[in-house]
Amino acid sequence: MKEWRLLYELRDLTYRYPEVTALDSVTLDIAPGERIAVLGANGSGKSTLLRVLAGLSFPNVGSVRFDGTELTEDTLAGETFAFAFRRQVALIFQNPDVQLFNPTVFDEVAFGPLQLRWPRGEIVERVQLALRQMEIEHLKNRAPHRLSGGEKKRVSLASVLVLDPDVLLLDEPTAALDPQSQSQMIDFLAENHGAKTIITATHDLPVVGDIADRCVVFDAGRVAADGRPDAILHDEALLLRAHLLYRHRHRHASGVVHSHPHLPGPHRHD
Amino acid sequence: MGRQTFAWFTQPPAVGDPRLSKAAGFLERNVVALAKTLDHAARADETARRRGLLQKLDPRAKCVGIFAWILAAAATSRLAVVGTIFALAVALAVLSAVPVRTSLGRVWTGVLVFTGSIALPALFLTPGAPVCRIPLLEWNVTAPGLLAATRLVGRAETTATLAALLVLTTPWTHLLKALRTLRVPKTAVVILGMTHRYLFLLLGLARDYFEARRSRQVGRLDNAQRRHAATATAGVLLGRSLALSDEVFMAMRARGFRGEVHLLQDARFRTRDGLALAAFVAVAALGLL
Repeated sequence: MKEWRLLYELRDLTYRYPEVTALDSVTLDIAPGERIAVLGANGSGKSTLLRVLAGLSFPNVGSVRFDGTELTEDTLAGETFAFAFRRQVALIFQNPDVQLFNPTVFDEVAFGPLQLRWPRGEIVERVQLALRQMEIEHLKNRAPHRLSGGEKKRVSLASVLVLDPDVLLLDEPTAALDPQSQSQMIDFLAENHGAKTIITATHDLPVVGDIADRCVVFDAGRVAADGRPDAILHDEALLLRAHLLYRHRHRHASGVVHSHPHLPGPHRHD
Repeated sequence: MGRQTFAWFTQPPAVGDPRLSKAAGFLERNVVALAKTLDHAARADETARRRGLLQKLDPRAKCVGIFAWILAAAATSRLAVVGTIFALAVALAVLSAVPVRTSLGRVWTGVLVFTGSIALPALFLTPGAPVCRIPLLEWNVTAPGLLAATRLVGRAETTATLAALLVLTTPWTHLLKALRTLRVPKTAVVILGMTHRYLFLLLGLARDYFEARRSRQVGRLDNAQRRHAATATAGVLLGRSLALSDEVFMAMRARGFRGEVHLLQDARFRTRDGLALAAFVAVAALGLL
């Protein structure tokens, strides 16, 4: 019988900022290969959750385990575990500007492999592959800070894909992108996941069906629901409660005011 | 659209551009100043990748050699030595394809304004034989005062020129790597690395902030309003920059950064680097004799 192992185990995890509790007693299991959409309104704790999963923030209370090892500052201070973890888990930040800090796109994409001390020849090969994969080879000598928003997003994706991570954590990957770039990003996530675990924080409901097999809804730092996308997306009361839908008031010609639920964010038409 | 807008900000305004006129508002001038700084920072990296004399040298040899010259210029009391090192630095800049007027000119102006204001009182307050008299004020400029002020400004200009030369002819990551090789503490190198990475982000943030203010401003600001806008901007930028610096550092850690600098091609110390270093050290030693 095949052994069943969890990739992430979060137990009663609480994370507090000085003025607000971002995550409140969160318990969550994530299996390898799952594609999860973490849904929630602004400030619901999605980004903090991704940082905890990426080993960048550590809970005040409770625990988070990755592949059986508890993620703490001490475990990540150890070189062997840190190298393996950083190779396996990649986070793409919502604002690509904070992620791009090298003089050229090529250097940017090579930054991760260099930190993990891969052989030089392999780095060059893998960087070129990642640039080709994201269709940004022509940008390799450009300064990242001079690129457009969509190009920056592609470079930030290439800079983590070059490590061929097993876990991709994406914070609002379609935010601030034009419709074409949004569509390309969604297609990429839908088509290229392979056996990767992809955890996407978003409040863009129309894309959820394409990028996830499981939805976890956050409301004020707590898990409000956990289930399949079709079940979650049809639960109007839940979505309204989590501020993922809003009621839009229409005044009809007759003068009667009706209230309908609407999806926030851009709608995708295939 | 995004890139066009960015180009508008980052391209330095041409002569006669209304953004540069005295009539332009406080916010416009700040936006243009930030754009010029961004442009200057971007050009520094381009200069470091040019084919020039100093660019060919190993960063470690350059670091040690230029540091030796800085020490010599700071330690000597002879103006001739300071002048010679300064002249050699300018010659090296020319041979290394560093734009003297635009890149070094900015450094010289900044240092002159800053050090000049410190040195100015020495002209009149140092006791000694008067050299000339300032009309209207009736203050005497003394010979020892003039010498002390010239020495201070000369040293500051020379050391700043040498430091600028090192930065302008060495890619930033190579420089950080060289500093680590020379046993500069990891914390100091991380801070330097973060500062550089953060520079563009902070300048972009400041530019966006000024632009947002400008878009909501009607008419021109009076002096009090300008002062208020400047202090408010500084406060907001400080708060936001602290939050951003956390994010930048997290993004570096997320990709395995642990404080060490790694390069695709490690520098090799060749015979010419050894010779260049020997020449640097010999000039510095001669200056100190």
